[in-house]
Amino acid sequence: MVAPTKSNNEEAPTTLTSRLSLYERAGGVLTPLVTTLLAFLVAGLVILVSTGKNPLPVYRGILDGTGLPWLLHWLVDVRVIGGTQDLYPTEADAVAVSAISLQQTLILTGSLILTALAVAFAFRCGLFNIGGQGQYLVGVIVAVAIGSELTGVPRGVHVLLALFCAGLAAAVWAGIAGLLRATVGAHEVITTIMLNWIAYWVGSYLFSIGGPLQSDTQKSVPISNDIQDSAKLHVLWGGVQGLHAGFLIALAALVVFWLVIDRTTLGYRVRAVGANPEAARYGGINVPRSYFLAMAISGAFAGLAGAIDILGWQYRFSQLDIQGSDIGFAGIAVALLGRNKPLGILFSALLFGALLTGTSTRNLNPDIFDPELAGNLTLIIQGLVVLFVGADVLVAWLWRARRKVRA
Amino acid sequence: MTVADGVLDRGARLGFDLAKAAGIGSIALGVLAFWVALPPVAVRSAAVPAVLGLGGILAGVSSWRLGHTRLGWTGVCIAILGLLAGILASRAAVGNLEVVITWGALTAATLRYATPLVFASIGGLFSERSGVVNIGLEGMMLMGAFFGIYGADQTDSWIAGILIGMAAGAALALVHAFFSIHMRADQIVSGTAINFLALGLTGYLYIDQYGTEGTGDVPAVPDVHLGFLARIPPDGLGKYLDRAFGQLNLMIWLALATVVLAYIVIFKTTIGLRIRSVGEHPRAADTVGISVYATRYGAVTTSGALAALGGVYLSIGFVHSFTENMTAGRGFIALAALIFGKWRPFGALGAALLFGFASAVAPRLENVEAWATYGTLFQTLPYILTLIAVAGVIGRSIPPAAIGRPYEKQ
Repeated sequence: MVAPTKSNNEEAPTTLTSRLSLYERAGGVLTPLVTTLLAFLVAGLVILVSTGKNPLPVYRGILDGTGLPWLLHWLVDVRVIGGTQDLYPTEADAVAVSAISLQQTLILTGSLILTALAVAFAFRCGLFNIGGQGQYLVGVIVAVAIGSELTGVPRGVHVLLALFCAGLAAAVWAGIAGLLRATVGAHEVITTIMLNWIAYWVGSYLFSIGGPLQSDTQKSVPISNDIQDSAKLHVLWGGVQGLHAGFLIALAALVVFWLVIDRTTLGYRVRAVGANPEAARYGGINVPRSYFLAMAISGAFAGLAGAIDILGWQYRFSQLDIQGSDIGFAGIAVALLGRNKPLGILFSALLFGALLTGTSTRNLNPDIFDPELAGNLTLIIQGLVVLFVGADVLVAWLWRARRKVRA
Repeated sequence: MTVADGVLDRGARLGFDLAKAAGIGSIALGVLAFWVALPPVAVRSAAVPAVLGLGGILAGVSSWRLGHTRLGWTGVCIAILGLLAGILASRAAVGNLEVVITWGALTAATLRYATPLVFASIGGLFSERSGVVNIGLEGMMLMGAFFGIYGADQTDSWIAGILIGMAAGAALALVHAFFSIHMRADQIVSGTAINFLALGLTGYLYIDQYGTEGTGDVPAVPDVHLGFLARIPPDGLGKYLDRAFGQLNLMIWLALATVVLAYIVIFKTTIGLRIRSVGEHPRAADTVGISVYATRYGAVTTSGALAALGGVYLSIGFVHSFTENMTAGRGFIALAALIFGKWRPFGALGAALLFGFASAVAPRLENVEAWATYGTLFQTLPYILTLIAVAGVIGRSIPPAAIGRPYEKQ
């Protein structure tokens, strides 16, 4: 991070990166924690006011649905944590259900890590990539195409080929926005929004009835073929829709992100351009090239997210899935809460992965709280987190408070 | 180039903008290419639309070469579309065509699809002209959609529904304004948060209030019946006018009026001058005594109320119900229309109509056998055009100078 000069210190932060360096100094890890608590508090109020229910048992029910209590099942009865003594007669039943929930949470965490990295990498270069959703869809489409259409390939090769092509295609997709920014200066927010919707409709076309990727066996359903067994990722834990090897890919991506950003020339250039494009240009860095590469690498992360979802547990994709998918958008919240840092992203992805799983229709006990309401509650929490952390209100407040203390 | 200059000179001497005429001609030829293949003319030879379309393309290119870049390329696009659609239509059976594509109905459908976009993009115009990026249009529309129908349901009056919807959109916009103006937050981040919030809030309230049964019967915004249109001679024209404009929703007319009003406010009044100066050079505006904050607050709030009108139209003017996330990206198309229309009211209207046409044609194409599966693909048109527009191929779209930058008082 470029050290700000004395006079800069007096100015209110106006650029993305000056804010980012502000993050380092004001608040540390405290701000995201406080913000998250605040968001949960507001959501709790919403529960209380709208339904008259005590929010605490609701949150307990959501926690039970996340499967996180499983982590403690060697120490405590998970039914005690989740408050589900009446629901499960034996502890073994509860542990089994909890394990399945945790697998879902971790699967989602993996995808969220990757879509968040897609936001974070561009962010470090001073670009706001809100095209993660479209890049994710491109990854999905390519993974489905290669996974289902290609036959007679050995398993390892098939998986790697599908992952590689999905990442590459999404990199090219995001690269369009990078190229436009680099050459004609078109704002990446506008272009990535447009690319999102182009991917959305192209995907809808490909999986539509009579479309090129539509199922050969179910002619009246807008869904793709299943991918070949040889293209499926290894399941590490659990049975059907268990935790798959994609989670390891996501963890590896975190390490790669850290290595590239902090330990390579490319990362240095990206950060320099993000800190101050003019100074970077003056220092001999090819700024347009950095813009393009940052977007392309971002896209590759999002494309991988799409690929591991297909190759890991979904195995097929439909028009309805395209409409319901919002993992790319959720990545924005994850990245902002994680402050675009690998470790932060890991934890905030786990938080949102758990929240999304815990409030799903499948996992939340409807006697405790209507899952449809809870799902929307998750969106509200997401919005509040983005508003408070992303818009760095608390940071600004802490910053001012600190300056007052110093003075 | 010298030939072109010569032609241009002669045109100028005659007091006649040849480039503009060529551009308009190319659009007309494109439309004509499609029209001749449809009833009542229904030419059955593919050559006629082909010739007309090619003429349109030529006219468009010459308009471009003569200096009207944006108009020329728009003409070329429309001519290509008209040519393709015309050839296709000329090969289809006449009887089928009358069911599938009737011009009047298509015009009406275009207006119906364009209306929410018009409201939201005019809303975005106010905000962005004042220097505040508004990618929260989608969320503000959604607020309007839910609170419009909720308000109409609770008060049993569609007028109150419209007002409550607008107030809800304005309230959400106020949050965006507070964060982007006072807190000097990143406006893109704030807008993204606004969209999440609106999606969660309206979805939550909808389930909480209506459960899974839906909203049931609510008072709707009435249609305006213009019976006299059908009696306008000649018979074909009267029929067309009647089908196209005879029975449009009140809010469609309201949208068109909003465009005119926005043009007057932005370009002909002091308020508009203030909004524009704050968006172009806030420091200078501040120096001459214009309150940058107040102007931006006003503009962003107006933007929310207008975007909400688009949502209100969707819920109680068009589909008469509410579903979660019912705006389905229309706020982003509106944003595209605003950019494609170069941050101008009539430009935004034109873009909204073009995008509305794409939405109106797409489902109809699914009934034409040869195009059955491509209807969906047609929906990408607005986004591709906008992408091309910001890339600067067809006359660059340049945003207000101070857009996206928070202003700090000194």
